[in-house]
Amino acid sequence: MNPLAGYLLVAALLFAIGLAGALTRRNAILVLIGIELMLNAANLNLIAFWRYGPHPEALTGMMFAIFSIAVAAAEAAVGLGLVIQIHRHAHTTDLDAMNRMKG
Amino acid sequence: MQETISFTPQLGPSMIAQILWLIPAVPMVASGVIALLKQPKRRTAASLAIGSLGFSLLLALAAFGHVLAGWSHGAGTRETVNFTWIQFGSTNVDLGWVLDPLSAVMLVMVTFVGLLIFIYSTGYMAHDENFTRFFCFLSLFAGAMLGVVIANSLLLLFMGWELVGLTSYLLIGFWYQKPAAAAAAKKAFMTTRVGDVFFLLGIVWLFAQTGTLLFYNNGAGSMEHTALAGLLAQHAAWGLTAAGAIGLLIFAGAAGKSGQFPLHVWLPDAMEGPTPVSALIHAATMVAAGVYLIARVYPLMSAGALTHGLLSGTTAALTVVTWVGAFTAVFAALIAVAQNDIKRILAYSTVSQLGYMMAGLGMGGVAVGMFHLITHAFFKALLFMGAGSVIHGCHEEQDVRRMGGLKADMPLTFVTYAIGMLALCGFPLLFSGFWSKDGILEAGSMWSVSKGPFYMLVFGALLTAFYMTRQVSYVFFGVNRGEQHAHESPKSMTTPLAILAFFAIALGAIGTPAWPWFKAFLNGQAAGFDLHGFAEPGLLALMATSTVVVFAGLLIGWSLYGNKSPKPETPDVLEAAAPLPWKWLRDRLYVDEFYGVTVIAFYGWWGRVADWLDRRVWGGAVSGVAWAFRGWAHLNRFLDTNVVDGGFDKGCEELSTGGGLLSRVENGRVQSYLRLLALGFVLLVAFLIWSSRA
Repeated sequence: MNPLAGYLLVAALLFAIGLAGALTRRNAILVLIGIELMLNAANLNLIAFWRYGPHPEALTGMMFAIFSIAVAAAEAAVGLGLVIQIHRHAHTTDLDAMNRMKG
Repeated sequence: MQETISFTPQLGPSMIAQILWLIPAVPMVASGVIALLKQPKRRTAASLAIGSLGFSLLLALAAFGHVLAGWSHGAGTRETVNFTWIQFGSTNVDLGWVLDPLSAVMLVMVTFVGLLIFIYSTGYMAHDENFTRFFCFLSLFAGAMLGVVIANSLLLLFMGWELVGLTSYLLIGFWYQKPAAAAAAKKAFMTTRVGDVFFLLGIVWLFAQTGTLLFYNNGAGSMEHTALAGLLAQHAAWGLTAAGAIGLLIFAGAAGKSGQFPLHVWLPDAMEGPTPVSALIHAATMVAAGVYLIARVYPLMSAGALTHGLLSGTTAALTVVTWVGAFTAVFAALIAVAQNDIKRILAYSTVSQLGYMMAGLGMGGVAVGMFHLITHAFFKALLFMGAGSVIHGCHEEQDVRRMGGLKADMPLTFVTYAIGMLALCGFPLLFSGFWSKDGILEAGSMWSVSKGPFYMLVFGALLTAFYMTRQVSYVFFGVNRGEQHAHESPKSMTTPLAILAFFAIALGAIGTPAWPWFKAFLNGQAAGFDLHGFAEPGLLALMATSTVVVFAGLLIGWSLYGNKSPKPETPDVLEAAAPLPWKWLRDRLYVDEFYGVTVIAFYGWWGRVADWLDRRVWGGAVSGVAWAFRGWAHLNRFLDTNVVDGGFDKGCEELSTGGGLLSRVENGRVQSYLRLLALGFVLLVAFLIWSSRA
């Protein structure tokens, strides 16, 4: 088993944990945490594929990961902001209570 | 030939001939302006109409003076201005106007009489609501009539001719709220149309034969020698030359306009219009247009008089004109005897006098007929306006049996009316009517074909004197039988009467045998004063005859009606003597009824046939087609509702059910969306793995 497979397995595990959290939790903050986990699993994959890819000297994977982390940070800020607003509005963070999004 | 550029007058005509078109144009423009005025602008309308016609009168006088000057230098003036109106291929349709003694005399007469009648109308129509409309029509009439007079082209003449017909229709029906007036207007329009159809046929034929409708065009006009010779060489049916046949067709048009038998029926009914209209259009000018037309085309009517005529000195066309005129003169005079409406008596008298003019044209030539036209225009306008003054003074009463004794109440009207009446009767020596009628009788006594017209016209003169005496006795003598007291009319009405009365006397002076100025002027000869004119063989005897006839008429009339003033209900003296002939005459010899049972009945029957054809045959075909299409439409509707719509509805139902099922997925819970996303992702990954393995 080459080192890449180990990274990929860890990333897959992390993604699965994140997905399970996002799907099963009712608290919006915990769902956000799940999403963050999945994002970071993707980042891990990016780094791993760069490091063991054909051009490890080009720094492309690292740049991509840094962008991704920056976007994730912005996304987390927007997501938390939304959660705070929803909580102020409905006094709950339960996602099942927020079913008014259908057209 | 004509120059090719339109609207460029030839070199040569004098200044006055070149601006001759202004004479009809100015009143027409005035009419257009008046048409735009508001109803209350009475003064403006009247001033415009009178001013424009006054301008025309001045121009007409200038033109007359020009012709007079040329004549006094010994040359007959005939100046034409022609231009091409339409050009198609190598054919030109030319229009133009002509200044010659005939048109100059008519111009002065029409503008002068017209102006007096315009002034009179300001008084007569003063209380009418539609005063401006009246003057608009009057101006249009004056323009159109002057157009007829100056026309040098049969086509231009016809345009003016139809326009005067239109204005006649508009003015007879001026009080259109009266059913009788509306009906009379329609009748006048349609009766004259009958003549006009023949007239138009004559025009077309003439154009086809000669290629021009100009009267005079330096030898190339249709009234000049070349064209006439061509027309004489051409033979139409029944032994007529083309010239004679075209002349007869044109005469049919003239008969319609001038109320000759059998197309006279509209003229008495036309008296439903306002009295100034009766005076202007249906006595002085428009009805004289037919006579003027015959005078204008006289070269055509008399073409070949010496070679091709029935007898020497006349032609078939002129013979017909004479007989129709003479018959109309007697026929209408007979009817006038038994009428009781003051205007209707004058209307029949007009028909009768127009017959005299036609007979005069037929037997004696242009000068004889035209002289009577001119004198008649003055005294008949005078009589009509006098009648209007009487009607006005008697509070719109028109039945002579309900008048009487007016000579004390309306002295000025009485004096002028009496002058007009004596002129119409042909009272010897003093009055114009005597000289002009005498000219016609003289021509009749010398006519080579037959003495019949002469005797008819003499009898007509007797009747004229008789019925006018009857009318004047009824109206002005005896005691008043009306309910209200009569009053004299305003100055605007009596002044024109006085002026016309002067001319009713004075105009005789220009046409006496001793000084035949008028005849010489029209024929372009020199005129001299010569008492030997009376010495012509038979002339004095003729004058004596007509004097005796006139006095006989006056005396019989006076002895039967003078100062008697019978009650309106009692039968007329003649009616008591001969009830049946009186009834015939009173009912206008049943010409209207005859048309009613023949022409009108035929058209009624034909209308019913057409109606039946329309409803049953053509209508049936149309409704059959409609029925077929309706059946087809029913079939289509059945197919639509049961087949097409059914399928469509089913499809829609299924779509909506499917949509309902799918919409359950969209429940608004974000995590269930995420689950579906994850499921899809897993399936996608599983598919990818499975497919890469293969």
